[in-house]
Amino acid sequence: MSDITAGTTLHSSSAARSAPVNLVGPMAWARANLFANWWSTAITLALGYLFIRFAVSFVDWAFINAIWSVPVSPQGVANTEACREAKGVGACWAVITEKHRFILFGTYPYDEHWRPLLVCFLFVGLYIVSAMRRFWRWELALIWVAVLTAIGVLMWGGVFGLTYVPQERWGGLPITLILATFGLAFAFPLAILVALGRRSSLPAIKALCVLYVELIRGVPLISLLFMASVMFPLFLPEGMNIDKLLRAQIAIILFAGAYLAEVVRAGLQALPKGQYEAADALGLSYWKKTGLIILPQALRLVIPPLVNTFIGFFKDTSLVLIIGIFDLLTAGKTAIIEPSWQGFGVEVYIALGLIYFIFCYAMSKYSAGLETELNKGRRR
Amino acid sequence: MSAAETLASSVRADAPPAISLKGVNKWFGALHVLRDVNLDVAMGERVVVCGPSGSGKSTLIRCINRLEEHQEGQIIVDGIELSNDLRSLDAIRREVGMVFQSFNLFPHLTILENCTLAPIWVRKMPKKEAEELAMEYLTRVRIPEQANKYPGQLSGGQQQRVAIARALCMKPKIMLFDEPTSALDPEMIKEVLDTMIMLAETGMTMICVTHEMGFARTVADRVIFMDRGEIVESGEPQSLFNNPQTERLQTFLSQILRGH
Repeated sequence: MSDITAGTTLHSSSAARSAPVNLVGPMAWARANLFANWWSTAITLALGYLFIRFAVSFVDWAFINAIWSVPVSPQGVANTEACREAKGVGACWAVITEKHRFILFGTYPYDEHWRPLLVCFLFVGLYIVSAMRRFWRWELALIWVAVLTAIGVLMWGGVFGLTYVPQERWGGLPITLILATFGLAFAFPLAILVALGRRSSLPAIKALCVLYVELIRGVPLISLLFMASVMFPLFLPEGMNIDKLLRAQIAIILFAGAYLAEVVRAGLQALPKGQYEAADALGLSYWKKTGLIILPQALRLVIPPLVNTFIGFFKDTSLVLIIGIFDLLTAGKTAIIEPSWQGFGVEVYIALGLIYFIFCYAMSKYSAGLETELNKGRRR
Repeated sequence: MSAAETLASSVRADAPPAISLKGVNKWFGALHVLRDVNLDVAMGERVVVCGPSGSGKSTLIRCINRLEEHQEGQIIVDGIELSNDLRSLDAIRREVGMVFQSFNLFPHLTILENCTLAPIWVRKMPKKEAEELAMEYLTRVRIPEQANKYPGQLSGGQQQRVAIARALCMKPKIMLFDEPTSALDPEMIKEVLDTMIMLAETGMTMICVTHEMGFARTVADRVIFMDRGEIVESGEPQSLFNNPQTERLQTFLSQILRGH
C-alpha cells in the first residue's frame, strides 16, 4: 500500500525507486523476449536447436577434424592425400599454412616478402594514426606523404640497396590496401569539391559536376576498369605506357569520387540555411565559410553513409581481378590453381573473407565511436 | 518598461547617414516584396521596423547586408554602395552585425569559438586577443560562465545573447536585428531585450525588426511601419503609436494590442 495520496503526487519528490525485480536482469529479459507466450517459446526452441546443430558441425569441421599441415616433398609439391580423405568432414587449413605467403603477397619475390609485409604494417599504422583525433592537424598530411612515399620505395625498390621489383610482380594484400587507400584518399577530396560544385551558383561548374557524377555513376565499375585497362592505352601516343595499376587506381578514384560526392552533397543539403546566412553575415569568405562552418557540420551528419561507401569500395577493389591485377582475392584464387591444392577453395575463401571482414569491421566500429564522440555534449 | 524611461538619443544628424536606401525595389519571382523603399538611417540612430507578417520588413534588413539582393535602386551602407563587387560586400559585412530570429549559432563550436571565429579569420586578430574580446562581450551579455559549452546546452535566451555577443565581437558600426525575440519563450524575451537596451545605450546604430512595442517605445528614435512592401508611416514612437495616421497602421496596432 502506498501512503502517498493523490493530492501530493503533483509535487512529489519521492526518491527514485529501483525497478521491480522481475523487470530487470537476464532472466526477465529472456522471459520478455524469448518465452513471452507458447508461440514465441516454440520459435525460440526451434531456432536454438538449428543454431546449436550448425555451430556443433561447424566446430567439428573447422577445428576438431581439421588438418593443419601436410607433408611436402623436397621438390615443393604438397601431398594432400590426407586432406582429400577428410573432405567434407574436416577443413584443410594446410592450404593456408602452405600458401599464406602467396595469398598475402602474390608473385612478389619470395626472399623480399618482408617488404610487402612492412608495407602492410605501414598502412595499418597510418590508419591508426589518422583515426586518432589528437593527430588531426595539418602535419598529418605530411605523415601521409612520407608514409606513402616509403611504401612506394619499399614496393618498387631500386634504391637504398633494395632490388627493383616491377609492378607486374606485386600482389596480394598490399595491392588491395594500395587501391583502397589511394582510392579513398584521393576520391574523398575530389568528392567534396564535386559536391560543392554541384551547389555552385556558377552554371558552368555546376553543369560539369552534374555531368561527371551522372556519367560515372551511370556505368558499372567493371566497365570503367575495362576502359582503363584496354581502351585507354589506345589513346596514348606510341611507346608511352602508363602503369596498369595506376590506370585501375584512377578508375577507382573517379568512380568512388562520384558516389562520395552524392553522400557529401546530402550533408550539405541537410544543413539549415541559417548556418550559411550567419557565416555570410559575419563576413566569412566562401572558402572560410565552407571550411570552418559548413563542411565540419555536413561531414559529421553523413558519417554513417560515408563509412558505408568506404566499406563498399574497400571490397570493390577486388573487381580488379577481371583486368588481371593481382589483389588479395586474385592471389587467393590463383593459389588453388595448383593441382595438389585444387578443391580447397572454401578454406581459402573463408580466410580471405576473414581478412576483408577485419578491415571492414574496424572501419565500422571506428565510425560508430567517432559519431558518439563528435556528438558528445551537442544537440543534433 | 514604461514610456517615461526612454533613452537619450545619440543621433548624429550632421554626419553622413549610416545607411541610405534610395528607390529600392525587390521581387521574389513575380511577387513585389519591396516597393520604392526610401530610408536614411543616421549614425547612432535606433530604428524599429514593424508591420504585419509578409510586409517585407525582414527582406528590407536582409538587403542591407545583401543576404538578399535588391533588383532596383541604391543601398549605401557606411559610405559603400552595395553591388556585385565582392570586395565591397566583404567590407560592408565586416561593419554590419546581424542577429537572427533562429540564433544561427554554429552548433559544432563552443560559445567562445563562435565568438572568436570571425575576428580571427576575417579581422585577422591574434587568437588570444580575440578570446579576451569575446570574454569581454560575453561578460557584457552576462554569460561568461558558459564560454566553454556548446550552443545546444544553452537556453534560447542565452543562445540569442551569445548571438548578439558574436556579432559585437566583429566591432560592427551597425547592428541589424531580425525579430530577435520571436522564437523565444516569454520568460526569455526580457533578458534579450535588456541586452539590446544595454547595447542601445552605447550609441550603436541599430535597425530592429520586432513586434515588441514596449521596446520600441523605450529605445527607438524612430519607428517605421511597413505593409505590403512599402513604408507606410514613420515617426517617433510616441506620436506613431498614439496617433496613427493611416487606417493600415490603426488596424495593425489594434491587432497587436489585442494580442498582448
